[in-house]
Amino acid sequence: MIDYFFLVPIAIGMGLAGLASFMWTLRSGQYDDLQGAAERILFEGNQGPVVEKRPVAGPDDGYVR
Amino acid sequence: MSCCAPGAELCFDQTKSSDEEILLSSRALPDGLRQIDLSAPDIHCGGCLQRIETALGKLDGVAYVRANLSARSVTVQWRGDTLPPLLPTLAAIGYQAHIRDVGTDGKDPTLANLWRALAVAGFASSNIMLLSAANWSGAEAATRDLFHWISAAIALPTLAYSGQPFFRSAWRSLRQGQTNMDVPISIGVLLAFGMSLWETTLHGQHAYFDASVSLLFFLLIGRTLDHMMRERARRAVGGLARLSARGALWQRPDGTQIYLPVDDIEPGMTILLAAGERVPVDCRVISGRSELEHSLVSGESVPQPAVEGTELQAGLLNLTAPLTVMATASARNSFLAEMVRMMETAETGRSAYRRIADRAARLYAPVVHATALLTFIGWMIATGDAHRAITVAIAVLIITCPCALGLAVPMVHVVAAGRLFDLGIMIKDGSALERLADVDTVVFDKTGTLTAGRPLLTPGSGSDATALALAAAIAAHSRHPYSQALAAFGAGGKPVRLDDVAECPGAGLEARSDENVYRLGRPDWAIAERSRDPVDRDANVVLSRNGDCIATFRLVDSLRAGAQDAVAELKGSGLHVEILSGDGDARVRAIADRLGVGFAAAARPADKVARIAAQKASGRRVLMVGDGLNDAPALIAADVSIAPGSAADVGRNAADVVFLRESLQAVPQALAIARDAAPLVRQNFGLAIAYNVVAIPVAVLGHVTPLIAAVAMSLSSVIVVANALRLHQGSPIRRPMAPTCDRTAALNYGPVK
Repeated sequence: MIDYFFLVPIAIGMGLAGLASFMWTLRSGQYDDLQGAAERILFEGNQGPVVEKRPVAGPDDGYVR
Repeated sequence: MSCCAPGAELCFDQTKSSDEEILLSSRALPDGLRQIDLSAPDIHCGGCLQRIETALGKLDGVAYVRANLSARSVTVQWRGDTLPPLLPTLAAIGYQAHIRDVGTDGKDPTLANLWRALAVAGFASSNIMLLSAANWSGAEAATRDLFHWISAAIALPTLAYSGQPFFRSAWRSLRQGQTNMDVPISIGVLLAFGMSLWETTLHGQHAYFDASVSLLFFLLIGRTLDHMMRERARRAVGGLARLSARGALWQRPDGTQIYLPVDDIEPGMTILLAAGERVPVDCRVISGRSELEHSLVSGESVPQPAVEGTELQAGLLNLTAPLTVMATASARNSFLAEMVRMMETAETGRSAYRRIADRAARLYAPVVHATALLTFIGWMIATGDAHRAITVAIAVLIITCPCALGLAVPMVHVVAAGRLFDLGIMIKDGSALERLADVDTVVFDKTGTLTAGRPLLTPGSGSDATALALAAAIAAHSRHPYSQALAAFGAGGKPVRLDDVAECPGAGLEARSDENVYRLGRPDWAIAERSRDPVDRDANVVLSRNGDCIATFRLVDSLRAGAQDAVAELKGSGLHVEILSGDGDARVRAIADRLGVGFAAAARPADKVARIAAQKASGRRVLMVGDGLNDAPALIAADVSIAPGSAADVGRNAADVVFLRESLQAVPQALAIARDAAPLVRQNFGLAIAYNVVAIPVAVLGHVTPLIAAVAMSLSSVIVVANALRLHQGSPIRRPMAPTCDRTAALNYGPVK
């Protein structure tokens, strides 16, 4: 019985971590251009993801990019 | 270039957006940045993204560029008040772009909410299902209770969050005294949860937390896919170039000029209208001579001249020369606004179409709820045990909860919309598919719908090749539709040297070469009095040298690609086809005779609505296909409507279906897919009913356990989805001859660096 007190919270915690990461990808606009993302991995050059390039987010969309 | 038309040669692209328009449509961001979304339909590969981002990123002041391959758009942010030359830069690397109109922020909050609700439901149902699996395999009482409590703790917030779309819709419908499919869904989910909670407090054996949450999960999948389909169509239509003016250049009494948004224009203001611009509001010409294209507004295919005092309607396209006009109405009272009012009237006169799923729900909900009630009464009489009776009655509600029924229609519509999307046909609403399948009459507009809206040139007899090449060279200097048709005809020929070309609005073009004066245009203007011949005067356009006729041309409205086949196919499948046009009798008759269909000409917008209403009253189900402003009320009045992507903005928004490719084949294609989808929807309903016929007796007799409920509901959903996917191999669809997007060209766009 005592095992449950570890195992169940661990199982649910892992599920919640998955849920949270999905929410983050959704909010950061990673599903905005799925076709484009598939092409961009082929680009050369060592510029990082666009997250760093973008100076500010739009005022009314509230997304963190 | 000289006397008559300064500036006329500058505007060859009809949908060119001016810098003022871009500034007007951009939005301010913090830190002094401005952002604009541009639509660039030619984006087709990863290389395009890189070329655009590199080219625009180099411009002064540009802070951020991001091209989007899925939406074929570019987002640009720049610093300061001066606009970097975005469109010219894009044009220089081969991309035509225009301002993108997609709502206020281009994002769809509903879709994001559905995704979040779906993610939460997915998380909860998988975790509860894991805990339930332990219980099904026979956990001890203490463990079972613990797992039930954990399940309840997960299920409660999930229902509160993910269930909202269903509860809201059910509540809205109940408040209006109706039922839709969401009513039995909400009741089933909530009762399953309530009963399970009660059972848990009593240390009972059976709890249905997994059933209630996985039900939400399945239904949310259907709902999200359905919304994605409509959103994709909305975005594709939103990316089309806007054809009405966003603003106009106002000349103030002190001589200064300001670019005003169209809503701020008041009657009495003096407006400068350049060639290639659309008339922003109803107005009167106060100086200048030009010709205006009416095809989008009234359906007339021949450009009309405008001189001082001519009244112009909003939406006309100024073709040849700049005009100074005075506004006679504000945007609220312009022709466009009148059309919008007529559309609203047509909308209220239209009986609300009840979607097939809602009609099914109206029969379904009472049957299911009555069965549950009878089960409760039966068990009370048989055993007298209230707890047992309630448990069984709720089990009936859970097992009959319309999981499969809720997926039956959306899944078929999603698959059908996917097939249509591949053909360049955007469908805005699932119910349009149901309405399309029932159509028995097709009404076409002529100008811009059946015809390409571009005149086709046929040289008269006795015109030699040299004369044709000369005419084409002269015509290349004008944007008048006749000239463009002529210029296209001579494209690729030997270049001809011309010294001076001038355009005289309403008459034609005058060119000098060596000692000769050539005139291309109206016969009575180009040909001197002395050499006139009745045959020449019959032609639409002539080319003259020093007053003598050397070539004649006839221009006929050319049919849109695929029009002949499309109409033949529609007639072949037993539909009644006719033309309803605002153009003159003779021109409509010529087209109608070629296609072999009946017609009504010179119809005003109100006539079109009346004609469609009369046909509907005689029991026909009418599909309207049209593109103009004048068609917009008729598009609303018809049972279902289709517009080409080149249609006026209002028409595009009014239509249920928009096709983006050139070919009119899209109309029979859309009908064919809608007709394939209809029987699948009925089959899915049949499967769902068959499932209930088997499941209800088992539930009424009290043999349902949570395990049986979970298996039965999942199985029925999977069967319905699998049946919907059969639509992928529907009847073969003939592809249009020339797809607008050339895939092979996309591959040859140079190496990706």
